[in-house]
Amino acid sequence: MTDTTTATDELPSGRPVAFTQAELDWTPWLEPLAESELTERHWTGLVDRARGKNPYFRLLARDPEILAARTKTDKDIFYNTKTGLPRAERELAAAATSRFNGCIYCASVHSRFATHFSGRGDDVQRLLDEGVSVDLGARWSAIVAASVALAATPVRFDATHVTALRDVGLDDLEIVDVINGAAFFNWANRLMLSLGEPV
Amino acid sequence: MSHADVIDHLAGIEPGTPLDAVRSARPEARSQAQASFDALFTPLDAGTFDLVERWAVATVVTAFHGEPSAGAAAFYHQQLVESGAAPSLVDAVTAAAQAGVTEGPYGSFPAGPLSGEDTHGLHLAIDEPLRSRLGERLAAAVEHVHLLVFRPRDSSSEALTRLEDAGWSVDDIVTLSQEVAFLTFQVRVVAGLGTLLATPAAADLSGSIR
Repeated sequence: MTDTTTATDELPSGRPVAFTQAELDWTPWLEPLAESELTERHWTGLVDRARGKNPYFRLLARDPEILAARTKTDKDIFYNTKTGLPRAERELAAAATSRFNGCIYCASVHSRFATHFSGRGDDVQRLLDEGVSVDLGARWSAIVAASVALAATPVRFDATHVTALRDVGLDDLEIVDVINGAAFFNWANRLMLSLGEPV
Repeated sequence: MSHADVIDHLAGIEPGTPLDAVRSARPEARSQAQASFDALFTPLDAGTFDLVERWAVATVVTAFHGEPSAGAAAFYHQQLVESGAAPSLVDAVTAAAQAGVTEGPYGSFPAGPLSGEDTHGLHLAIDEPLRSRLGERLAAAVEHVHLLVFRPRDSSSEALTRLEDAGWSVDDIVTLSQEVAFLTFQVRVVAGLGTLLATPAAADLSGSIR
């Protein structure tokens, strides 16, 4: 989900100070494994060979087994779209969670994906600019509110959120997709925020 | 100690029920969430981050999530007790977990247009008597767990340096970070599914998947 990208944002200071849909880069605070150090066990952990180019994944490859399981969890939550919630709304849950937790890097990637899959770039930008209480229409607002309630500590997600999601047309599988997508970004946000920074 | 599916166990999802069927529509998300738990708690190679420390960290992470996640906290506390941890250490971990309970997320953004959204809260600092009971290594970990759970946007390279100064290797820090972050995911899936289970649709009590 977070493959390295070329920074096109023209922030001279390096570190972005606002939420953006522009492509950002990310640099680790701890030393990743060198590509030359990667063994078969590490490649298994990386899952996709292309991820060996990425310093974030080569840092996480220091524990290959949890990296592999995390990557496969991520892929099924976001890419398994034959049934259930449209991809755009899974990305919306990821972007809203990232906005609420304060992960500028994760929010940039997943707001861009939400825009790409929904065509609602202006609404996505309002989520970034105005925050998670913005009104994005009944369906998107219900998904954002549910995601935020799940991200809170203690968790505030309750029956009212389930009912609100049902009222805008989500069935139980689609609600599970919201739960999984939002919950997963509590995992992703904390790794991206605590092991390095966007540049 | 069998953990076929910890999320189902903690959320109260029984085999053959409608929500079990819904979960099975995301088979990898389900099995790999469990594989993540297994990778953390029955690792091929625990390295220098031992199992007692891993259960202690999990006990703290889940306890920090308060009453809605009390079931998860009880589960991990029980694993810590059964891990062979000294009773005095279990008591110290429990005390540390209680010392940190608050509400999040809060913290500061990089100085700029988002600074108006900065919010302040507890920066957990374990006091000296409790530090001695936990040991410096675990005390530093508990403070880092608090940072990650409640104010992840305050993270810094200095926070990682504090862990290294307390004896955490780079490999250890990667696994510790994955553990804390994974558990913040797991407690939320459990809370979400448990709520869904307790909130049947009025016209859809059979739980059929449209």
